[in-house]
Amino acid sequence: MSDWRLLWRSIRAENRIFWRTPIGAFFTLGLPLIMLVLFVALFGNDPIGTEYGDITTAQFYAAGLGVFAAASATYTNIAIGLSMRRDEGILKRVRGTPIPPWVFLGGVMLSAVWIAIFATTVMVGLGMVAYGVELEAAKIPAMLVSFLAGTICFATLGVALASVAKSAASAPAIANATMLPMGFISNVFIPLDNPPKWLTLAGDIFPLKPFAVSFTEGMSPFSEAPAFEWDRLLVLLAWTLVGMAVSWRRFRWEPVVGASTGRRSRRAAAI
Amino acid sequence: MSPAIEVTDLTKRYGDLRAVDGVSFSVEPGEVFAILGPNGAGKSTTVEILEGHRKRDGGLVSVLGIDPAKGGREYRNRVGIVLQSAGIDKELSVREVLDLYATAYTRRRPVDEVLEAVELTEKADARVRSLSGGQQRRVDLALGLIGDPELIFLDEPTTGFDPAARRRSWELVRKLTADGTTVVLTTHYLEEAEQLADRVAVMSGGRIVAEGTPEALRANADSGTVIRFALPSVNAPLSDLLDPLVGEASGRDRRIEIVTSAPTADLAHITAWAVDRGIELQGLVVESMNLEDVYLQLVGDETGDAAT
Repeated sequence: MSDWRLLWRSIRAENRIFWRTPIGAFFTLGLPLIMLVLFVALFGNDPIGTEYGDITTAQFYAAGLGVFAAASATYTNIAIGLSMRRDEGILKRVRGTPIPPWVFLGGVMLSAVWIAIFATTVMVGLGMVAYGVELEAAKIPAMLVSFLAGTICFATLGVALASVAKSAASAPAIANATMLPMGFISNVFIPLDNPPKWLTLAGDIFPLKPFAVSFTEGMSPFSEAPAFEWDRLLVLLAWTLVGMAVSWRRFRWEPVVGASTGRRSRRAAAI
Repeated sequence: MSPAIEVTDLTKRYGDLRAVDGVSFSVEPGEVFAILGPNGAGKSTTVEILEGHRKRDGGLVSVLGIDPAKGGREYRNRVGIVLQSAGIDKELSVREVLDLYATAYTRRRPVDEVLEAVELTEKADARVRSLSGGQQRRVDLALGLIGDPELIFLDEPTTGFDPAARRRSWELVRKLTADGTTVVLTTHYLEEAEQLADRVAVMSGGRIVAEGTPEALRANADSGTVIRFALPSVNAPLSDLLDPLVGEASGRDRRIEIVTSAPTADLAHITAWAVDRGIELQGLVVESMNLEDVYLQLVGDETGDAAT
């Protein structure tokens, strides 16, 4: 019982930390919203040719960028946050208390999922209010399932990335180097209409496109309710298992010796 | 009563380096035990093994009747760890941090009481980021106390403090441990060990080279005398000078230091040796040994940073 209370407190503390770090909040929430406004302004809001059929720019981007925001809120933020806090010795402190590892990591991941829910809701909400994006009640369960599968998958991969990143300096580089290219081949930044086969294949294998496609299908007027994309969800599940396996084997609570420089001396200098 | 800590023949290797090389000691309940030594002596590794942060390569360790390597959550519930290298989430307020960690322990002290104990009541709602370095270290201490631990580890609690802050911090530790909490303290400040500890173990090169009450170490110190001088280059074999001595000689760059319990006899021999050869000993000094000398003698020569 007290573990659940502890988990609840961890989630709340993680959330506070997120909102009190304005730069992170801007990149996670603000930037994708700006991209939606920009794309609609640049391309107009007429129907465009996409893999899902001819849908409006806003319909496409509210879903795609909503997924992108959700993936950043989980994958990128967790990877950077955990490796930063490992370098600062915060994870080491946690390890020296009776807080169970699953509660700590659960707090980190669930807080990120919560922020992702917030980010995507704002994105889709803006699309509905400002650009006439429509949802169908019958497909909302498919959207929710896709969203949960996607965010849990990317949260797990965020923990995995923090496990393999040597320091807080390398984590953002790896996170961006993996996220951005995925963004271009995954129906997130650019609608894919008959791309080269190898790009289609690459997109299908990595987790962002399955997330984007299964979520967008739930919002597309051309899909048929209930619009569950089981094969895409299976890919997400596979990546979740990969993330769990890597985290299980490689997660560390202490800074890598030699990877971070002179925390001790910095701290001493601050006194 | 069984000891709070029992360590027998503990070893830890990093590659070829024997960081901890056959260390044994025990700590009684309620005792303040200091492990004193220069950086790299093995004291942090020893304590991190006791804390459960590191696995040992050999030996037996029992803390509060539990093997820390296997104790897990039950063990961590009963000890408080104040680590120099452990950070705090700086975006949270002091009270938020304490509330969060307090939830993890089955026994806990009221947050307000702990805040008052570490004199941070007025800073309770301030973000950790806004605190001075010294105040942040007091949050460290508060986090070590919040679970009402039976045993508390203090890792170099005042490293980097100015002398006044160090003194205040000593008073704080004394006040907080007056209720009989067992304390294991690592430090490279001799004075800190003397001020706080009931018993001191001096570590060097992964071994305990001396152990006893600060008084006993001091008594040891009073019995010794140091003779120091510099030797000009000479053709005579040094064995003629050094072998007959009662005391023990050490030296570097022709600076010789002799620690002896028979200063009169040794000095007579040295001066006779020098006079016979027409040598003038430069900077010849005879003085009684202080605790600092005992310490430096114990931990060997690589202790340039021990006194800083």
